[in-house]
Amino acid sequence: MIEESFLPLITWMVSLLAVPAILLLRRTPNAREMATFVAAFAKFALVAVMVPMILDGRVLRFSFGEILPGIPLEFRVDGLGILFALVASSLWILTTLYAVGYMRGLKEHDQTRFFACFAVSISATIGVAFAGNLFTLYLFYEVLSLSTYPLVTHHGDKEARSGGRTYLSHLLGTSVAFVLPAMIYCWVRSGGDMSFTDGGFLAGKIGAGDGMIVLLALTLGFAKSGLMPFHSWLPNAMVAPTPVSALLHAVAVVKVGVFCVIRVFTGVFGTDFLGELDVATAVSWIAAFTVITSSLIALSQDNLKRRLAFSTIGQLGYIVLGVSLLSPLGVTGSILHIAMHAFGKITLFFCAGAIYVAMHKKYVSELVGIGRKMPITMAAFAIGSLSVIGLPVTGGLVSKWYLVMGTAESGQIALLVVFLVSSILNACYFLPIVYRAFLCRPEESLYDGGRQEAPLACLVPLCITAALSVFSFFNPNLLLKLAGLMTGVE
Amino acid sequence: MTEHFSALILLMPLFGALLVTLLGRERRTACWLTALVCLAASSAFAIGNICQVLASKSGDLRYRMGGWQESAGYEVGIELRVDMLAALVVAMVVLVGFVNIIFAKTRVGSEMKDKVAFFYALKQLLIVGLCGIVMTNDAFNLYVLIEITSLTSYALIAMGNRRAALSSFNYIIMGTIGASFYLLGVGYLYIKTGTLNIDDISSVMQSGDLWAHPSIMIAFVLIMLGIWTKMAFFPLHGWLPNAYSYAPGVVGSFMAPLMTKVMVYVMLRVMLWLFGGEYVYSSGHIWGELIIWMSIIAIIAGSFLALACTDIKKMLTYLIVAEVGYMVGGAWLMDGAGILGSMYHILSDAAMTFCLFLAASIVILRTGDHRLTAFTGLFRSMPLTMTGFTVGALSMIGLPPTCGFFSKWYLISGAIEVGHWSYVAALLFSSLVNAVIFFRIIERAYFGRIEGVESLPVDADGSPPVVLDRVPYSMLLPLLMAAGSVLLVGIYNEVLAGWLRAAIPSL
Repeated sequence: MIEESFLPLITWMVSLLAVPAILLLRRTPNAREMATFVAAFAKFALVAVMVPMILDGRVLRFSFGEILPGIPLEFRVDGLGILFALVASSLWILTTLYAVGYMRGLKEHDQTRFFACFAVSISATIGVAFAGNLFTLYLFYEVLSLSTYPLVTHHGDKEARSGGRTYLSHLLGTSVAFVLPAMIYCWVRSGGDMSFTDGGFLAGKIGAGDGMIVLLALTLGFAKSGLMPFHSWLPNAMVAPTPVSALLHAVAVVKVGVFCVIRVFTGVFGTDFLGELDVATAVSWIAAFTVITSSLIALSQDNLKRRLAFSTIGQLGYIVLGVSLLSPLGVTGSILHIAMHAFGKITLFFCAGAIYVAMHKKYVSELVGIGRKMPITMAAFAIGSLSVIGLPVTGGLVSKWYLVMGTAESGQIALLVVFLVSSILNACYFLPIVYRAFLCRPEESLYDGGRQEAPLACLVPLCITAALSVFSFFNPNLLLKLAGLMTGVE
Repeated sequence: MTEHFSALILLMPLFGALLVTLLGRERRTACWLTALVCLAASSAFAIGNICQVLASKSGDLRYRMGGWQESAGYEVGIELRVDMLAALVVAMVVLVGFVNIIFAKTRVGSEMKDKVAFFYALKQLLIVGLCGIVMTNDAFNLYVLIEITSLTSYALIAMGNRRAALSSFNYIIMGTIGASFYLLGVGYLYIKTGTLNIDDISSVMQSGDLWAHPSIMIAFVLIMLGIWTKMAFFPLHGWLPNAYSYAPGVVGSFMAPLMTKVMVYVMLRVMLWLFGGEYVYSSGHIWGELIIWMSIIAIIAGSFLALACTDIKKMLTYLIVAEVGYMVGGAWLMDGAGILGSMYHILSDAAMTFCLFLAASIVILRTGDHRLTAFTGLFRSMPLTMTGFTVGALSMIGLPPTCGFFSKWYLISGAIEVGHWSYVAALLFSSLVNAVIFFRIIERAYFGRIEGVESLPVDADGSPPVVLDRVPYSMLLPLLMAAGSVLLVGIYNEVLAGWLRAAIPSL
């Protein structure tokens, strides 16, 4: 049941309205941060208001009017969209708190620009989440690429420049070279309609050969999903300040990538139609390759943030792999994994940043014995690791459970093996960090003296996200219901 | 009075040019004010003109200059013909001219020295010529008007620095050759049909069934070659980069967006109305496929040449060469969507090149450096100028919601409909190269310098460059208007495309 509503528009606008306020209040940092907080809470509240409506089976729609023949610029909020918006907007609040602590703790320059770009990025993310058709999705996807560029290159040194160059060239290059022509092809083929519908707007209008090319162009073209071979922007973007890495490169940007891929599978083609065409296997194997390769690379990374980045690439591969199984359980697992991985990974990034703020350490080899120094941070790190590996008592288990069921349901036993091998690899690159942080002999420990945690503004958010990881294990019902709206899985 | 709108668009700057010359060289402000008022009036009439075309049933207004009536089925007098495409292109010309006059105000004195009055007179004459080209329905008049624009632009370009004189001379040679080709082609048509009115030529060719005659084909080839020379279609582009980059800043920023675009309009006019799509696109000719490949080469070559440039203005001129390839290719896709893309791109390319040229002129004036290095650190010191520049750059790359995105959309969808994938690939390639070109500059502007301070270059004639202390609002405002138009043309693309689609004759 579709109904017109201004709620999606307001939700999207709130963080944009914060931008002028942030710029005007640049001389009074406390008031400036207040503006961000007000917007963040307002945004979360608005999303929360929409959740029960969506659970009722309603779809909220807002249209700006037609921008191309047959294509309106339009928001359409459904289960998948609201789930993603819920994750992004709730984590924005925590990240803001964390960013205040981090940026002030390190006395970073250009904080006004930082918070302004952050607000624009969140708006773009919500725009993607609510996009009602492929064009709107593409528009906000590009806005997100551009608005995060100043954040990635925040430090302005040589390393940041080259990281930024890789970032933009990969993200803009692939979207212009692959997504744009594929999108126009879809438009020509579908007769001018590009709205995401349950069955997919391309269903029945395209052959297997063309379908394969369009599917690959769209899947690889949305390179924020980190599929190999277009993944290398992600580790390079780790030059950004940690709050950026945390929210954007573990949650918003990369999840926008996989969100787009899920939309391509469900809204553009429709899983049933892809099953008829029998072309999704190619994507499955690209994703499987990404999962295993990135996990192997992560094993060898000594820089903590780079290790997390490669881990992210692997986990994004899970999501793409899950949706490419075309089975309702697999798609459910993918959608859940957007949320579960977000909680787990943001915790890990927050911890990495907290370690950097408190100890100025950024290498894994320097973390031996840090558990005594920063017990709370490292406990949260342990929980985050468990969630990413998919062990109880964390939410990661729930989504991985559905993903594994998906492989069984679609009869792809080889891919089941991929999931298992990758989980073992995940354990191999996370657990030793935790183990050596807490359980090392006194003479091995690189740290002495009493506890020295990061500032409270850094510590509180990471505890909350760790708690969310645990909470989502015991009570994933809301997320399950929202995902079920898309896939029909109870 | 409303029926005279199309004539008044021409008459305002024509009399303005006369008045400015009479006012003489001393009264600079009066000259400026005269030009401003005339072009403002002209702009108002041009907008009125669009409304009239919209209101009319046929979407095709005719105006007989001096009220000469048709006799014995032949047109004797000069006829103006305004359909939606012509109305929009005329409005584009006069609006760009008007905004550019505001931009020119503070610069004319120092750039033109004692030739201020001549500048305003020539510039208004150039606008008369361009508007005439767009509206006339007479093939020979078209030639005369092309010559008017050429003569005035030779003079305007030559007002630049010492190198400008040579570039202008080069332009004269190429331009004259182009115009001669065109005239020769019209001669063939006149011999075969006995008339010069575009509609009459077309109907005589139709009724006499002259299509198979070799002279018609020769006429078509000659006219096309002439027009391509004037629009700088690769490899006939040699005159353009120097002419536009060495011209005075206020001249270059005005001619670069308009001249080539108006010639693309002429090409469409000749193809679709004079000869007719049926003849031009008929499968009997080898040229259709050949020309698309030529435009693909033009796009790729223009992009590469631009990539290799270190001079900001020259880089922009090579981008124009690539953009001309877009439009020629679109027109020859033999498909309604491709032609629509070509028409829409006339408007959108004018908006974005205008925006970029204004921004580049301001940066050059403010920093005294005409190389890409001038942009170092500018986001901090000139945020508004850089905002305008960035909007233009994003449009060149083709990101929504700027107009460049939508013209690519229409062009690519046209190419996909006829299955011409190599043209699609060329467009995407050019987008990617543009992305490299512009993000290289934006990165520089965003980060500031890493190396030591670069010394300022010296002008070609040995004098140190002009450096403004601050950018006057009379220059910033036009830039922001141009940037706004890039966004507006983009956001309202559906409206414009709807109007233009109605103007395309059925193929």
